[in-house]
Amino acid sequence: MAIRMEKPWIELTAENVQALPGQLGVFELADPQGRVVSIGFAGGRSLFGLRSELERALRERPGGATRFRYEVNQQYMSRHRELLMLHVADHGSLPVVNGADPPAGLGRLSPL
Amino acid sequence: MHLEPTEEQRQIVATVRRFVREEILPLEAKLDPDASELAREDFARLTGKVRQMGFWGLDIPAEYGGAGVDLVTRTLMAVEMSQHRAGLYAPCYGVFGSAGLAQLYEATEEQKQKYLYPMLRGEKRGFFGLTEPSGGSDPARAIRTRAVEDGGDWIINGSKVFISGADRAHFGLVFARTNAERGRGGITCFIVDTDMPGFHVRRVVHTLRSSHYATELQFEDLRVPAANVLGEVGRGFAIANDRLSRQRIPYAAACIGVAVKAQELAIAYAKERETFGAPLATRQAVQWMIVDNEIDIRTSLWLTLAAAHKADSGQPYRMEAGMAKLVASEAGGRVVDRAMQIHGGYGMTKDLPFERWYREMRIRRVGEGPNEVQRHVIARDLLGAGLR
Repeated sequence: MAIRMEKPWIELTAENVQALPGQLGVFELADPQGRVVSIGFAGGRSLFGLRSELERALRERPGGATRFRYEVNQQYMSRHRELLMLHVADHGSLPVVNGADPPAGLGRLSPL
Repeated sequence: MHLEPTEEQRQIVATVRRFVREEILPLEAKLDPDASELAREDFARLTGKVRQMGFWGLDIPAEYGGAGVDLVTRTLMAVEMSQHRAGLYAPCYGVFGSAGLAQLYEATEEQKQKYLYPMLRGEKRGFFGLTEPSGGSDPARAIRTRAVEDGGDWIINGSKVFISGADRAHFGLVFARTNAERGRGGITCFIVDTDMPGFHVRRVVHTLRSSHYATELQFEDLRVPAANVLGEVGRGFAIANDRLSRQRIPYAAACIGVAVKAQELAIAYAKERETFGAPLATRQAVQWMIVDNEIDIRTSLWLTLAAAHKADSGQPYRMEAGMAKLVASEAGGRVVDRAMQIHGGYGMTKDLPFERWYREMRIRRVGEGPNEVQRHVIARDLLGAGLR
């Protein structure tokens, strides 16, 4: 499994969000320039999993997000942390939305 | 041997039970079902309460500021502390404190100043780096990470896997081979700072536990000063084994606590849920599951208390601790499985804690030494050390 999320971006539209599964998983949001602005997850308390979380992103447009990509993943919490650490390793800082409320005790990765 | 708790132990158990029900369960109800951490302010508040209760640092020796409880009392407390959704691996979300790396109690005073005391104050985190891609249960043969003396330093090259917390740690204990000819006697323990050049956390290893992951490490010409050797060169194997038996007792107790809670929920549901005009509790198939649960719980509890009692009495207890770990981890899995069966479809959902316990309990048969290794150790004690 590739450790970075390398799926193609999807436009953040109502139609695309409605087509999402109601499953648990992780997602990334990007701005029009393709910069990742937020990394989130749909956990066990999300009403309709990824669909509910991306519906919220569609309403609130955090960080000016216009695109998204996602993974269905039962290990959503550790995968979420992994994606945040990878972002820091690749870009030197958290995505702008996550950086506003950084998670406690985020680790460091130096991936090959 | 008396297995009846003393009056003081009864009061402690009642206090911890109340703490779990009044402080932990309400917070847990609002967390993600896979969460293993409280919000920072809740953690700080509850840690303060635990300190006031005199229970902070259960596994820290009293001379280092720990609670100084005996192992029987520790076992009874662990059974109570684990009776919630996250309780198996994060009993009470860690607000009772952690012993950290107990091997550091044998460190030099200089090493204690730099690593142990900051760790006990919560200022530094450490990791335990033993297991390698070539294996973890037989470190004497599996360790291929090498350390070569270079002037006054050691140069470490190699890798480790399934290492918890290395990505968040300030330092760690790394076991490396310093003599290729000497088997167990060729392993040395080094204290490694994670900001040293050549220390890399290469990847996250995802497991059945969603909120917790292990890491894979790589050491590339990692230069460690000789002052960072823990204990003596060639004595790392003894350091790795130190306290393993002791840790297995609370490990077993946490399995029992989860089983106790699963049984409590199963009994309540069996009395309430009706099928074909009568409660599940009237069905023999369900009654037998509940009976088998109780036998599993009591067998595990008595074995674990017996091991703890023997340890507290100063007698050898390696075999008893191994039995407690083995029986409790296997029994815990069976109890959770039966409780899920009694709950039917709801038992499979994240609405209830069973699915998390089911996943995490499976790990317990491998963690702290796989149960097959426990059987191997017990067989060696029963049949004699010459048996290979």
